[in-house]
Amino acid sequence: MSEMLGKLAYYMEFPFVRYALIVGVLIALCSSLFGATLVLKRFSFIGDGLAHVAFGAMAIAAVLNFTNEMVVILPITVVCAILLLRTGQNTIIKGDAAIAMISVGALAFGYLIMNLFSTSSNLTGDVCSTLFGSTSILTLTTKEVWLSVILSVVVVIFFIVYYNRIFSLTFDENFAKATGMKVELYNLLTAIVIAVIIVLAMNLVGSLLISALVIFPALSAMRIFRSFKSVILFSAGISVVCALVGMLISILAGTPVGSTIVAVDVAAFLICYFIGRARN
Amino acid sequence: MAQIICRDLTLGYDNEVILTGLDFRVDEGDYLCIVGENGSGKSTLMKTILGLTPPLSGSIEWGEGLSAHAIGYLPQQTLVQRDFPASVREIVLSGCQNRPGFRAFYKPEDRQKAERNMERMGIADLSKRCYRDLSGGQQQRVLLARALCSAEKVLLLDEPVTGLDPKITQEMYELIRSLNEEGITIIMISHDVDEAVRYASHILHIGKHVFFGPRDEYIRSDVGKYFLMQEGGGEE
Ligand SMILES: Nc1ncnc2c1ncn2[C@@H]1O[C@H](COP(=O)(O)OP(=O)(O)OP(=O)(O)O)[C@@H](O)[C@H]1O
Ligand SMILES: [Mg+2]
Repeated sequence: MSEMLGKLAYYMEFPFVRYALIVGVLIALCSSLFGATLVLKRFSFIGDGLAHVAFGAMAIAAVLNFTNEMVVILPITVVCAILLLRTGQNTIIKGDAAIAMISVGALAFGYLIMNLFSTSSNLTGDVCSTLFGSTSILTLTTKEVWLSVILSVVVVIFFIVYYNRIFSLTFDENFAKATGMKVELYNLLTAIVIAVIIVLAMNLVGSLLISALVIFPALSAMRIFRSFKSVILFSAGISVVCALVGMLISILAGTPVGSTIVAVDVAAFLICYFIGRARN
Repeated sequence: MAQIICRDLTLGYDNEVILTGLDFRVDEGDYLCIVGENGSGKSTLMKTILGLTPPLSGSIEWGEGLSAHAIGYLPQQTLVQRDFPASVREIVLSGCQNRPGFRAFYKPEDRQKAERNMERMGIADLSKRCYRDLSGGQQQRVLLARALCSAEKVLLLDEPVTGLDPKITQEMYELIRSLNEEGITIIMISHDVDEAVRYASHILHIGKHVFFGPRDEYIRSDVGKYFLMQEGGGEE
């Protein structure tokens, strides 16, 4: 035990480890906030879809030799989020099918582009780390840390200010619209914020595992709690705890960060599931 | 003063026309009952008035000073998933959100209003319960309480008494009437023509025959006589 603590203390001396922990916790917090809404609106896979879009955008950015990849990734992902979450009657292809299409399409094209044009000597390694987020969380620059902190704060403030509207939109969009809420505007804002979260979260767990970060905390909370507010608060809490525990384990045991966090999330879900069962 | 004027309205979905050439108006303080057979387009009409379904043609004009911010609405069915975690209080409170202007949080008077409407509907003791654990009738009352929270000037109800027991049904009709006497305009879809005719000031009958006019005229009209006899005969 003391040996483990010693090891931990040793790692904590490195600024990049501290950065990773801070950013990891913030990302976990942000991505859990919208989890309940996405799950309840049957958009669980939006995280996956957008993350794959972001992956495709990243491939384009890499090929075009952009120094700041965000400039390419963020706008493309935001546009796709808006298109996917548009719940109008006029959408030609309905929800889940559209997400599936864009998601696998972007993934295929991203890999294809990387394969055809990349100059990197370690292509498989590059792809693997964008898909599973193996090390990027540990290579954050101070600038990226600040960017993540600022974006996270914006997301949390947005969520708090719009909390009541988000509840109404999730519970009964028709009623909200009938009684004068600007439903389209709020859907648009939500889509943008979700895209920002996804792009942030790619650093932590990689494209393939983002959905887990978004939906597991919400699903866990929904096993136990029965009011919207308590579900949100609990999912935020459990998401932060799981991310922290996951990152610490991965530091100590040398396991990949993203998959360790997700494994802890899954474990937490199982515990919540059984608590929920026992209560009923 | 006219609050809602519908001119030459054609209702339907995509290219499927349900009803054409509908003309009627609702004045402040009216109690309009919409009656008609299943599938005649009553719910569609209400959704069109509310702007949830665009009309295929024709126009809906809202009176001066009236906007969606003063409207309460009880849908026929609210498709809420069975596992939705929301307490009764959260849902009723969400009816208070329609005031114009942006406010992030509820005010104390919103909470009082929610409290009062929960008492009116006899669900005050359920306020902490989860919506999905309630019976159908209880859920209906929660949604009614929410509609009452947002109804400042007009209340639109799509079959408000479905699933309520006789006692609550009577209380419901009384409540709606007292709201109407307080000056709130009521637009209600009902299958219970007898009750509709008893309380309403105007009747809009849609279907193969269309009728719009004051209640007394409806009772004397051929459509009304026929429908009242038929429906009245079918019920005890
Ligand atoms: N979303 C929809 N898309 C296409 N057609 C629809 C839709 N909703 C209803 N309809 C059709 O429109 C017609 C009118 O439906 P509506 O729900 O308005 O009837 P209603 O008068 O309210 O009936 P009820 O008494 O059963 O409530 C029906 O034939 C129905 O099949
Ligand atoms: Mg109907």
